[in-house]
Amino acid sequence: MSARNAAQRSPAVANEGQAGMSASSAAPAVAGEPLLRVRGLSKHFPVRDGLRGGGLVRAVDGLDFDVRPGETLGLVGESGCGKTTTGRMLVRLLEPTAGTIEFAGRDITHAGRRELRPLRQDLQIIFQDPYASLNPRHTVGRIVAMPLQVNGINPPGGVKARVRELLELVGLNPEHYNRYPHEFSGGQRQRIGIARALALRPKLIVADEPVSALDVSIQAQVVNLLRDLQRDLGLAFVFIAHDLAVVRHFCQRVAVMYLGRIVEIGDRVDIYERPQHPYTRALLSAIPDVTKLGPAGRIRLTGDVPTPLNPPSGCRFRTRCWKAQDICATEEPALVPRDGGRQATACHFPESGPVGAGPDAHAVATGPGARGVGTGPGATAAGVEEVSK
Amino acid sequence: MDRSDPAPSGEPDRPSVPEQRSGEDPYLRVNDLRVRFDTSDGVVRAVDGVSFSVQRGRTLGIVGESGSGKSVTSLAVLGLHEEKRTTITGEISVGGRQLVGLPEEEVRRLRGRDMAMIFQDPLSALHPYFTVGRQIAEAYRVHHPKAGKRAARQRAVDMLGRVGIPQPARRFDQYPHEFSGGMRQRAMIAMALVNDPDLLIADEPTTALDVTVQAQILDLLADLQAEFHSAIIMITHDLGVVSQIADEVLVMYGGRAVEHGSVEQVLRRPQHPYTWGLLSSVPSLHGDADADLVPIAGNPPSLINLPSGCAFHPRCRYADRNGDRSRTEVPQLRPAGGPGHLVACHLSADDRTRLYAEDIAHVGVAR
Repeated sequence: MSARNAAQRSPAVANEGQAGMSASSAAPAVAGEPLLRVRGLSKHFPVRDGLRGGGLVRAVDGLDFDVRPGETLGLVGESGCGKTTTGRMLVRLLEPTAGTIEFAGRDITHAGRRELRPLRQDLQIIFQDPYASLNPRHTVGRIVAMPLQVNGINPPGGVKARVRELLELVGLNPEHYNRYPHEFSGGQRQRIGIARALALRPKLIVADEPVSALDVSIQAQVVNLLRDLQRDLGLAFVFIAHDLAVVRHFCQRVAVMYLGRIVEIGDRVDIYERPQHPYTRALLSAIPDVTKLGPAGRIRLTGDVPTPLNPPSGCRFRTRCWKAQDICATEEPALVPRDGGRQATACHFPESGPVGAGPDAHAVATGPGARGVGTGPGATAAGVEEVSK
Repeated sequence: MDRSDPAPSGEPDRPSVPEQRSGEDPYLRVNDLRVRFDTSDGVVRAVDGVSFSVQRGRTLGIVGESGSGKSVTSLAVLGLHEEKRTTITGEISVGGRQLVGLPEEEVRRLRGRDMAMIFQDPLSALHPYFTVGRQIAEAYRVHHPKAGKRAARQRAVDMLGRVGIPQPARRFDQYPHEFSGGMRQRAMIAMALVNDPDLLIADEPTTALDVTVQAQILDLLADLQAEFHSAIIMITHDLGVVSQIADEVLVMYGGRAVEHGSVEQVLRRPQHPYTWGLLSSVPSLHGDADADLVPIAGNPPSLINLPSGCAFHPRCRYADRNGDRSRTEVPQLRPAGGPGHLVACHLSADDRTRLYAEDIAHVGVAR
């Protein structure tokens, strides 16, 4: 497994120079052409508001990234950051407002139904909710066979044999071919969704929170399954999740989103060990860590994510950032590669070093604080509370 | 902004729980609680002989997957059941008063005043038709009939401010849909605390929230506990949340307690294979990201038809080590490891120590 693994990854490693770079000017003229190339991708939803007229929710606002064949890219961020909207645009369930999506060298941004059909074979999606994404009136066999039938594919040995093979591949009993979704548990249903996505032997799968609706013990089963499939079949993934620990276990590269934009993108080890964007650091430090008992020192962000209806000027994170200066309000930081191009960060004042050790340690709280009880210094203008015991 | 003060160094301490308080009588004492529902499919034994106690100022984390009985336990404590179909036996004593068998009217008087609940989904727990402030004020007036409207409003505004909602007086007149998810959860905490309850039950209070907001809410609960000195039961599936906030942990499986001990004991020296499974199946932010997780095989059991013997045996890697015992005999909670640490498992202490070190200690967050 490891040999195959290494063989598969080697082209990606050779291209590491470009891996983290996704500035629109970057045109990597190297062998490993990206499978998916996204430039300036945006989705704006018009909203009507009785009093204030209308507005635009800038759910996704100018994303640039590439996914290479066989590569796994994680899209992480909090709710409302646009990660799901992005995923839906990638598989063309939503029409992008602006920007381009290239898949295997073809511009598919506005491809019509007929043009999309052959493409659907290469590009599949796994949905979050295993209860809502399977038709309750269809048998499992029919659900998994549907992509084959819709695309008029008759695999050697027949559809039924292929479906059984797929069920076996995802760890389900092929004898359960004739059962209905309600006869399966949540984890098994998610496996059915995965089998359906694999039916056409896709090159890229967009997985939108594929394990977040599952119990913890079942999550690990599905994550392991996806990892095995990814390695064995050489699949590329865009893995959308809010759980950064799961993403770390699945993705080679990670893009962190905030309010419709990518604020940082890089290799797994860069994002988790040396995050440069203050938001990435805050996000990582907010995850409760079982290995540390008690409220460990962490960066406390105050407030909520601002509304995408009227995002802050300049850097969108500045209203919650402890490093914000005047320039952050006036000038939007570009997503620029640092450290020789492996990791790109959209920040005027990027951090360095591991979380908690850099300058941001000043913003790290030290224990059960005294918020709202009168002894803490309270919220600072920058929106981060410094709380000391 | 002045950030020149030196960074705090070293590991922050656990929330300080004064030792002398350990002699205090527990505020909540649950003994051999059994909850059964009669359904058309059969009898659901949702809780099957669970005992625990919580002192004021302490937090008990109840951990388990869906269907483990953790939520039903808390609903039983609060007396929130459909009476016709539910049979509750055992003892629930709150502040020295026995709740099982108490007339509904009297339980209602305690509920909301002496004990309160924070639900997982604030959007469905708050009434969409009334302003947030009105609902909090009402919760206050129910238990303070002499309080006037104005006093109740003032109290509600105070509470909104207390839980960190900016501009509480203005927020008082807003509806739940005008609040963000984190703010709604804060409002619900304000409502739960408006009568200064001694016991607070929080059922997955942060599961629907983003991590940065979850961190805020956990901090808030810890602060409020320090201020009000209340006993807290935190029901969650998230071991990370438990590690942050709990003093004691109760692990439930199939309606029974399988492990019980201090947070250090259960998370650092876990004794039950199910707890091991939970720890080894959760991905970690540290360690080898390429190593496979070790999931628990199979699915959680049906409470209508619980496996014989140890309910965990069909999923347990070590079920065969004691012959047929795991299949035939229900393991009782027995002392294991340190003082106060209990585990319900047929494995011998030596086996548990060795198996944990060999198979589990290096994977997932068990590391």
